Amino acid sequence: MSNATTHDAHHEEHPSGLLRWVFTTNHKDIGTLYLIFALIMLFIGGAMAMVIRAELFQPGLQFVDPQFFNSMTTMHALIMVFGAIMPAFVGLANWLIPMMIGAPDMALPRMNNWSFWILPFAGVMLVSTLFMEGGAPAAGWTMYPPLVLQTGDAFPFLIFSVHLLGISSIMGAINVVVTIVNMRAPGMTMMKMPLFVWTWLITAYLLIAVMPVFAGAVTMLLTDQYFGTSFFNAAGGGDPVMFQHIFWFFGHPEVYIMILPAFGVVSQIIPTFARKRLFGYSSMVYATASIAFLSFIVWAHHMFTVGMPLTGELFFMYATMLIAVPTGVKVFNWVSTMWKGSMTFETPMLFALGFVVMFTIGGFSGLMLAITPIDFQYHDTYFVVAHFHYVLVTGSLFSLFAAAYYWLPKWTGNMYDEKLGKLHFWLSTIFVNILFFPQHFLGLAGMPRRIPDYAVQFTEFNQISSIGGFAFGLTQLLFVYIVWKTVRGGEKADDRVWEGAEGLEWTLPSPPPYHSFETAPEVK
Amino acid sequence: MLLSRVRRTLATLAASALLVGSGGVSAEYGLNLPRGVTPISKEAYDLHMLIMWICVAIGVVVFGAIFISILKHRKSKGAKPATFHESTTVEVIWTIVPFLILIGMAIPATKALVAMEDTSNPDLSIKVTGYQWKWGYDYMEDGVSFISSLSTPKEQILNQQDKGENYLLEVDNPMVVPINKKVRLLLTANDVIHSWWVPDLGMKKDAIPGFVNEMWFRAEEEGTYRGQCAELCGKDHGFMPIVVVAKNEADYQEWVTAQKAAMDADAAAAGRDWGMADLMERGEKVYAASCAACHQANGEGVPGAFPGLKGSAMVMGPVDAHVDIVLNGKPGTAMGAFASQLNDVDVAAVVTYERNAWGNDKGDLVQPSEVKAAR
Repeated sequence: MSNATTHDAHHEEHPSGLLRWVFTTNHKDIGTLYLIFALIMLFIGGAMAMVIRAELFQPGLQFVDPQFFNSMTTMHALIMVFGAIMPAFVGLANWLIPMMIGAPDMALPRMNNWSFWILPFAGVMLVSTLFMEGGAPAAGWTMYPPLVLQTGDAFPFLIFSVHLLGISSIMGAINVVVTIVNMRAPGMTMMKMPLFVWTWLITAYLLIAVMPVFAGAVTMLLTDQYFGTSFFNAAGGGDPVMFQHIFWFFGHPEVYIMILPAFGVVSQIIPTFARKRLFGYSSMVYATASIAFLSFIVWAHHMFTVGMPLTGELFFMYATMLIAVPTGVKVFNWVSTMWKGSMTFETPMLFALGFVVMFTIGGFSGLMLAITPIDFQYHDTYFVVAHFHYVLVTGSLFSLFAAAYYWLPKWTGNMYDEKLGKLHFWLSTIFVNILFFPQHFLGLAGMPRRIPDYAVQFTEFNQISSIGGFAFGLTQLLFVYIVWKTVRGGEKADDRVWEGAEGLEWTLPSPPPYHSFETAPEVK
Repeated sequence: MLLSRVRRTLATLAASALLVGSGGVSAEYGLNLPRGVTPISKEAYDLHMLIMWICVAIGVVVFGAIFISILKHRKSKGAKPATFHESTTVEVIWTIVPFLILIGMAIPATKALVAMEDTSNPDLSIKVTGYQWKWGYDYMEDGVSFISSLSTPKEQILNQQDKGENYLLEVDNPMVVPINKKVRLLLTANDVIHSWWVPDLGMKKDAIPGFVNEMWFRAEEEGTYRGQCAELCGKDHGFMPIVVVAKNEADYQEWVTAQKAAMDADAAAAGRDWGMADLMERGEKVYAASCAACHQANGEGVPGAFPGLKGSAMVMGPVDAHVDIVLNGKPGTAMGAFASQLNDVDVAAVVTYERNAWGNDKGDLVQPSEVKAAR
């Protein structure tokens, strides 16, 4: 092949076997790597959640000691946020953005390779802290000082792995921006881009804006610990609350980094299965941009109890409440897209519908949490845990499942098993609600989060929640089986795959060629 | 009236439906925020219910539209897709209407928040100090000071005994306050950030090392109110409860008098010389309450996290250094300074205990007067 003379053959040239994956600069290969990595991390983080739910099945200490329990909550969050959800969306971006905008590949393919291959090393470093003297980090994924400074040998490894994960995210984001801005097919104006591309463009800007802030915050922790600085040490003139301000200036946009691409996915899927154009395309774009803007001025709603001035609390309350407006616009647009459509309910549509309903429930509890005088009661209870799992599990994760079922036939050329897909949806939906809905009650009744043992009146709802948790966890094995089966073979998918599908990716063969569009398509 | 009865019935039904298959049912499990016993807790409760019902109403409309759509506008029923895909009018409406609803929520919320943050003109002030993992209370006007820590026996936590009614929500020395008085709390912490929260009092505030936060409450009913530390503060975060007993004025004054008498007796005890047996007995108690969480009851510590004291160089070394580390802690480690938590007798007793327990057998004994000199 090295002497191949034809243009096409040259582009098909790549190493095979393991080296193909190590050296690949192809957006599809890298997308696949990201998705596989995210799936593995989902199960590692999920296993930690199982430990948490097992310990909380009954009052008293049964399985783990409190320090290890704290490590589990900390590592579960870090792994799910930085190892599972974020890389999964980057995987989708890699696979889909070039195909959706009519480009042959991502703009910066070598950097693409590097930004993926940092991840496994960062992930392994993070997980390896479980075996270090003093145990894995146990101060919560928010790493508040001074508590985080009591971490044992794991401390510098925690900081360094966060740095690496951040570098990877920033490189991925730069690649997305450059690709979208420069490589759209002729005629594909900004306001003709699919919403998934739009949401990812805005997400990428959020990433570039806040990941350096996060890196700065953890670097200050590092110098406080080892180099005698006092950024967060009151005895040296610093302020532990300053860390929280910096962290959440990163942390709140981070929350939207994990949900905006989900909005994009759902906005692709609902029109397909409603066989009707997305309602209010331009208002969807403006709503996404508004949410992204607001995400920078609401951070202190995560810390209403730290003792802010009244005017500060009022500002952050009003700003946070405002987010309900663009978020509401999105939900109304999705509902209007379905309204008077001609709907069918294949697995991607089921997950997208589940997303709209359950994400909205998470939105309602979010609105309640925004109200400062009652947040004083909700703050740091299971009500908060219920809230963010509704938006992250039935929100982000459900949208990822929807995306996987929606595009898997395109990626592999094979249809997945529709019966099993639907079973996966229904089991997931039932169990996830058994898992997280009772946690609203626990929080309101007064159970703080991050505790390994609890007062006896919290027993019943914890047991229900744990049963839901074990079942939800087991159900996800079904997803792995379905994906595996689809990759191995199955009924062949045609190019369009779905009757109502619109967009450039559906004009390519299933599976698509190694380089998506060698000649740019004309978009009218 | 009718609404609240229907609500309660629904809640009970929902709870019992969920409870199927879940073993023993305890007497009282909560579904909702407690209404509490202070003006702010009641205001917060009313606000919580208001916002929740507004959310439920919006939910009914939105989810209703989705379900009608799912039922009627499906291909299997022969639905033909409409072609509309935008309408400036409805988009403006569903931007402005939610905005107006939010303003309706913000007005009562602002009113409540302003009242909550007004800590002026208190009737009494109590300084609250968070320690890993207990609370210290100093009554600024009445001069009473004490440490409040978990009193649930270890055996119950380790499932070797049946759990009591107030499992994990009981302490040795509760905070006592008079009813119908504006109590201002001045919160700080000694080591890491903690958060002081009693749901029935309607407020939660972080206790931050190096800073002083304020909150206030006015308990309107006598009773015992229980809460917990709400900010992750390390290993025993789940084991540092808060108990507040609200008493009428006369009972409160009686309590203050008794506390002062006990403190005087302690001061007198610090002046005399103590014998080995008395120091060891007291030292064992102090050790169990203040040291065993990290260094463990058997003195062996937790490898990698907390050093053992059995046979340790520190404990077997000079007395001065041993007293110093207990009083002043070891910077950069989890070993905190106990000077403000333990009195001279306590420090003398616990140092003596550590030097002679678990086969350490140093044989020396430390007097409270030596600790006083070392402070």
